Amino acid sequence: MALLRSRGGLSLTNPVLASYVVPVHPHPLLVPEQNEGWQRLRDAFDEARQQISDSGADLIIIYSTTWPSIIGHQIQADPNPTWTLVDQDFHDLGSMDYSFRIDAEFAEAWNKANHARGLQSRTVAYNGFPIDVGSVVALKLLNPDNAIPAVIVSSNVYANRAETTVLAKSCLDVLKSTGKKAVAVTAMSMSNRMFTEFIDAADDKIHSLKDDEWNRKVLEFLEEGRLEDVAQLSRTIHQQIRVQKVVTFKPMWWLSAMNDNRNDLTGRVLAYEALHGAGGAVVHLDPASNGMGDKEYDEDDVEVYHGERNVLDAEGSENTPETKHVDDNGPALWDPAEGKDAVNTDSAPKPVGLYPHARRVGDLLYLSGVGPRQPGTNAIPGGPIRDANGEPLEYDIKAQTRAVVENIARILEEAGSSMEKVVDVTSFLVDMDRDFAGYNEVWAETLGHYGPTRTTLAIRALPTPIAVEMKVIAKI
Amino acid sequence: MAKGSIVAGCLAPHPPHLVYAENPPQNEPTSEGGWEQLRWGYERLRESLSKIDHDVLVILSPHWQTYVGTHFLGLPHFEGLSVDPIFPNLFRYSYNLDIDVELSKAIHDKAADAGLAVKMMENPDFRVDYGTITTGHMVNPAFDKPLVVISSNRSRHYYSVEVMQEMMMELGRVTRDAILESGKKAVVLASNSLSHRHFTTESDVPEDMSKEHITSHAMHLWDMRIIDYMRTGQAQRIIDEMPEFTEQAIAESDGGGLTWLLSTLTVPTYPAILHGYGTIIGTGNAIVEWPCYAHEEV
Repeated sequence: MALLRSRGGLSLTNPVLASYVVPVHPHPLLVPEQNEGWQRLRDAFDEARQQISDSGADLIIIYSTTWPSIIGHQIQADPNPTWTLVDQDFHDLGSMDYSFRIDAEFAEAWNKANHARGLQSRTVAYNGFPIDVGSVVALKLLNPDNAIPAVIVSSNVYANRAETTVLAKSCLDVLKSTGKKAVAVTAMSMSNRMFTEFIDAADDKIHSLKDDEWNRKVLEFLEEGRLEDVAQLSRTIHQQIRVQKVVTFKPMWWLSAMNDNRNDLTGRVLAYEALHGAGGAVVHLDPASNGMGDKEYDEDDVEVYHGERNVLDAEGSENTPETKHVDDNGPALWDPAEGKDAVNTDSAPKPVGLYPHARRVGDLLYLSGVGPRQPGTNAIPGGPIRDANGEPLEYDIKAQTRAVVENIARILEEAGSSMEKVVDVTSFLVDMDRDFAGYNEVWAETLGHYGPTRTTLAIRALPTPIAVEMKVIAKI
Repeated sequence: MAKGSIVAGCLAPHPPHLVYAENPPQNEPTSEGGWEQLRWGYERLRESLSKIDHDVLVILSPHWQTYVGTHFLGLPHFEGLSVDPIFPNLFRYSYNLDIDVELSKAIHDKAADAGLAVKMMENPDFRVDYGTITTGHMVNPAFDKPLVVISSNRSRHYYSVEVMQEMMMELGRVTRDAILESGKKAVVLASNSLSHRHFTTESDVPEDMSKEHITSHAMHLWDMRIIDYMRTGQAQRIIDEMPEFTEQAIAESDGGGLTWLLSTLTVPTYPAILHGYGTIIGTGNAIVEWPCYAHEEV
């Protein structure tokens, strides 16, 4: 398994190796030779294909705007969907035979993770299921020999930003728990206003100057790596350059959340051209920090979806998230202790006693014990180790360990330190026999990469229903 | 050649749940029934149409969505497997249907002459949309009469409901002209629901009717208002209120089918027959017949 590259901020443990925006129309696949711009898009697809092939990714994840869904999100789980697709509009350009390799196991895990975070979703695995044109174009051009398995998720027509963001976080949950590295792809148009009449291929251009100007503005943001800014402008972008149909400019919400809502990615526009008037762009977003990028806007983050979904039952409980909170399964939470040299942050979970998240002493930083609980929700990635009655539960030690490291990274960042400056770590496991291997694997991918000293102890219990906690000393 | 005619016009919604509930041999999933009010409504429509001599069914389906003009199936025969991308658990239907290409082309040509953007669909690999198949099945499960299948031009999404109406009124007019010139007797069908706000969850047993109801009182009021206009011969008021109805009821009339249908019938002033009304995952659906044969058509 490849080590994660060193990156800035909280993305240290993010398993997304690269992200792409790609257009949905079939012209670059079927008839690139008919228009120079379509050929440039095809060339950009080819360049992206080579980058993906070289990335070492275990998985290609596609969020497609041409697969609308109503009952929550749908995830393709047929291991080998095979059919012939003909575009509803551009049927005269030809047929698209496809046979894809889908990571059905990942799809099922993602679906389960969605439910754990309060989302409505389901997998689909049916012979003859119509894979949408955006996904077919993307997979045939980005992964033509199926060298990398793929997963496809629909665009829920009723999903808002919170739901779409949580969809990405549950995907990241599964990536982290499985240790897989992925490439994230949004199949989408920029401006999606096509000419409503038939045109000669040679006459293709962006539908209007306004659409073109907005497209270029959005692409400028992306080239500067300001993905979260684009995500937070998505409603405005939709209003300005999108046909007012049900699937909006929401893929940017998903893609930004897949990248930890960052604004310091390294972006590159590989091509931008017209596709029957719509704006088609191939964009590469590398998670390597460009060293820039404070957020221009700051919408609330969301970890668990609490939207109204029990429309069939007034008092329904079928969608209660499986993720347990420690509020009803553990000690009371405290506000972090303030005081001279104390370091506290809202982006780390609240303490279970009167103590700060960390304390500065000279040029050293001493962190209080850090667990995997999530700030705000207190959800435990990978699940709690016992229920409120003390009955043991199944849990994922790797997901818990990754969450611990992410919490550590947040506290270090607040103090002006970073993962590279960690000197010494003491780890506590409640079940050494069961958990050491998984914990050790995540360690090697993350903190271990930087070489701090480490001591691992087996203990009887921790105050909350978690399996792992770490005590960290770092330089500032 | 004898003059052709439109012998009946129908609002014939296409939710795949109705086929699923019927358990026909063409559909792979099986059910314990459900949505009987609507299915019995379709029974009444079939009974009514069985008494009317007709040669062809002309369907406009909201689920063949085209953004570049209006398209027509242009090959004589289509068969294959249709899987609903939204409800694949309910609809995996093996279809086998014939197209009246001559009439399709005649409508196409007249529409082109009228300045509409149109295209014949002649790719043999094309998969017929599930809206067409569902409406086709519910009206004529034997598929023993040829179809004309017209796509749903999404001009409403590009411009406005008013622009959509203008285009669909024109398409309805040329459809009617082509049918009259063809010498054929046609039933015209708009394959759309009324209010169109879905539930976003599905019960464990999809056909559990204890979970089925309209999504909101406002949607019910809109559905009843439109149905009342139909039952009392006030089609023009439907046209007049279409922008508000489409916006406020998120109505599937945005696909243009209802406007097109009323236009083919020259905006009827005689009462329509309501064969059934019911909800499907919260959306409002009415099965309505305008008995042209009893009025000015034949």
